[in-house]
Amino acid sequence: MRLDGATLWACASARAKGFAFVTAAALGVFATLLVAAGKDPLEAYIDTLTYVFGNAYGFSELLVRMIPLMLTAVAAALPARIGLINVGAEGQLYMGAWLATAGALALPDLPAFVLLPLLTLLGFVGGGLWALVAGVLRALRLVNETISTLLLNYIAPLIVSYFIFGPWRSPETASYPQSPAFVEAARLPTFFHSRVHFGLVYALASLVLYWLVMTRTRIGLDMRAIGGNPEAARRLGIPIIRYILTVMFIAGGVAGLAGMAEVTAIQGRLVSELSPGYGFIGFLVSWLAGSSAAGIVTMSFLFALISSVGDILQITQGVPYAVVNILMAVILFIVLGRHSVGSVAR
Amino acid sequence: MTAEGETPLLEAKGIVKRFGALVANEISDFSVRGGEVLALLGENGAGKSTLAKILYGYYTPDAGEIFVNGRQVEIASPRDARALGIGMVFQNFTLIPALSVFDNVALFQKNLPAVVPRAEILERMRRYAGRFRLAVDPWMQAGQLAVGDQQKVEILKQLLAGARMLILDEPTKVLAPQESEGLFETLAELRAEGLGIVLITHKLREVLACADRIAVMRHGRVVGVVDRREAKEEDLLALMFGDKPMQLPPPLLDPAGRHDRGIRALELVDVSSSGGAGQTPLRNISMKLQSGEIVGIAGVSGNGQREFGDLILGLQRPDAGIKLLWGEDASRWSVAAVRDKGVASVPDDPLALACVPGLTVRENLVLGSGERYSAGLGVDWRRLDADMNRSFARLGFPRPNLEARAATLSGGNLQRIVLARELAQQPRLIVALYPTRGLDARSTMMVRALLRDMRDRGAAVLLISEDLDELFEVSDRLLVLFHGAIAAEFTPEDFRADLVGPLMVGATEQSDAA
Ligand SMILES: Nc1ncnc2c1ncn2[C@@H]1O[C@H](COP(=O)(O)OP(=O)(O)OP(=O)(O)O)[C@@H](O)[C@H]1O
Ligand SMILES: [Mg+2]
Repeated sequence: MRLDGATLWACASARAKGFAFVTAAALGVFATLLVAAGKDPLEAYIDTLTYVFGNAYGFSELLVRMIPLMLTAVAAALPARIGLINVGAEGQLYMGAWLATAGALALPDLPAFVLLPLLTLLGFVGGGLWALVAGVLRALRLVNETISTLLLNYIAPLIVSYFIFGPWRSPETASYPQSPAFVEAARLPTFFHSRVHFGLVYALASLVLYWLVMTRTRIGLDMRAIGGNPEAARRLGIPIIRYILTVMFIAGGVAGLAGMAEVTAIQGRLVSELSPGYGFIGFLVSWLAGSSAAGIVTMSFLFALISSVGDILQITQGVPYAVVNILMAVILFIVLGRHSVGSVAR
Repeated sequence: MTAEGETPLLEAKGIVKRFGALVANEISDFSVRGGEVLALLGENGAGKSTLAKILYGYYTPDAGEIFVNGRQVEIASPRDARALGIGMVFQNFTLIPALSVFDNVALFQKNLPAVVPRAEILERMRRYAGRFRLAVDPWMQAGQLAVGDQQKVEILKQLLAGARMLILDEPTKVLAPQESEGLFETLAELRAEGLGIVLITHKLREVLACADRIAVMRHGRVVGVVDRREAKEEDLLALMFGDKPMQLPPPLLDPAGRHDRGIRALELVDVSSSGGAGQTPLRNISMKLQSGEIVGIAGVSGNGQREFGDLILGLQRPDAGIKLLWGEDASRWSVAAVRDKGVASVPDDPLALACVPGLTVRENLVLGSGERYSAGLGVDWRRLDADMNRSFARLGFPRPNLEARAATLSGGNLQRIVLARELAQQPRLIVALYPTRGLDARSTMMVRALLRDMRDRGAAVLLISEDLDELFEVSDRLLVLFHGAIAAEFTPEDFRADLVGPLMVGATEQSDAA
């Protein structure tokens, strides 16, 4: 795992390499498909990029996608610092959304200035507890957290489905499974007449806090010690189990905020297709960023861009969006492969 | 014996190796002849391991030329070095623990055919093992071997791969005295076969006993090469450290501050622990340790030393019996609680057990200090620096570069970091496992002096070691640990190797356990 400080430069250049690598891979894969479909990739790219950057709407949509990516990336980065691999941000996002929905549906009469902080808290707790399940299993040395967080990803959407098909099913739109619309007081504010919402503040605040804690505090130092040499940390009296539980809870909480923001700002109700895999992409973002806060911002931007491009190519050129998913999977494989090879060689 | 003027087996000229601003090696000429043991001496951080790693192709030098048998060569990787007949035995062995000795040796051979010629390799192993006193059961799992045997396998695999020159980086650091003797016999046989051997060590006695020539390094340079027959200990020390090398700085600690004598710091009452997989169970250990006393624990490592330390430090709980610290039942205290009470710990492997390689030296120095240096949510680095500077000065260690990552430190410098950190806070109980392992002669002397000083000031010290000279020098009492039990107790009148030594390997004339 990389560190800030002394190796900052090495990190920055490694990150630049990662950035270049992902860009090249994305451009290459899209271009191949476009050529195969008999289209001119250059023209398609120019059209797409003008669309994304050429107007306020395109750009705001990019930001909207960046919000859950940054939050779920922090959810992966934080445990990574103590050597835990949290691939469960997707499930944690769903459970954050679920608990926030419970609050929004149960307390429709509260004023917004009470309800929104409460929903935020519920979103955090929902995601946090979900991740804590994996944390406890790990701390008791029962199940490896990589496995448990991965498996919990499959359960969370099922819980959400159960509720929107069952107890929370909206009577108005009976044909389509979703919860009733939230009251206005439960809607997270948006900015600039766009879909960019207050979740952006959560994301940036999480990143700044993450950076401050890791570089400036005793807690961050203890965490880096655990990540760097758990045996020495244990022998020096650093409470590893307490860190595992706390870190997993907070990481899950941050992912839960992403879910809470999606339902309260974007959807306005709980739906089943809440996330197009934000949690997984966030994990990728965090790995490529080497868990660095600045890296998470740039990588989130890049991945938001890739998925926007994928969207637009689907609409304008008929390139299936699944390409984006395949691309992400390929990048994930290469990144993980490179990482483990590196660690064996040294 | 090779005559002067003959082409050396290996010669390095004008070698320069920099790490950032630090010049780790600046060597005008260094040569090893066939049929000699060349000892490489030098204080901690002098650049010995760096030179060894350059010769083995692990580091690429920034400048310089290397000649093997008079021919200039490029050594870009350990593979190149092996092809040129250069072998190296690292301190932390590189055997694959789950595989057998035979597999470990066979896998190391170059151009191993797809179908391993077992009989042939086995036959060669037997032959080499017989000739060079390297006998190890080829079917044992490497991970189960004692350190001394692991080292034999390391040497064996290099020899079978065709090494004509062998570099050993502090091979005796982790060996018991008897094992060291065995190693020297092997080296003598290899020398007789015409191999060139570079032996890095801090133990002057070994150097004078088995080297033909002695090269001394200081601040990255070779400052002298001496023939063993002309070498004197004082001269070597002067070459290593400069003038007046072995003088203690006057008062290490304030002598006025004596206190705490005769208080029972540690008491174990019939303690047993089963330990986990691969650990030595402790059996019915009863002992007392008072403030103002140094109790030595002698034993060949692997007889429960680490488990014994872990038990006291709260890393392992007794299954039966009671552990008392200053009269309180501490059997179930956490590590943090034990440390908070003023217990310092020097474990047997600083890199694996006491440091985080990826953190800086400064960050490593603050680890394990509980809340002592907390300032709000952060760390009061200024106060830490001041305390640590004092601790380094008191131990006579040079101040390290606090920004360097711990992974880049030399073996001895890392041990110094751990010692300075652990001894900084006036501990009341010190549990020290092999505290002078890897330290140069002067640092060793300083550490022993400081331990005695701390004892005089009222600290209780438990010194776990297999070095009888060290134990006899500083202990007030000596216990022998054998197979997880205390086999005997000695008082200073009986501090003799012929009395203590046999008990360390299981003789039982004194069967009443203390
Ligand atoms: N990879 C590295 N990066 C930066 N500095 C290094 C690196 N390796 C060694 N050094 C520095 O080079 C110097 C020489 O180190 P080296 O390990 O060669 O010392 P040594 O003579 O073997 O000491 P010791 O007796 O303690 O083992 C030390 O100051 C060390 O910190
Ligand atoms: Mg060394």
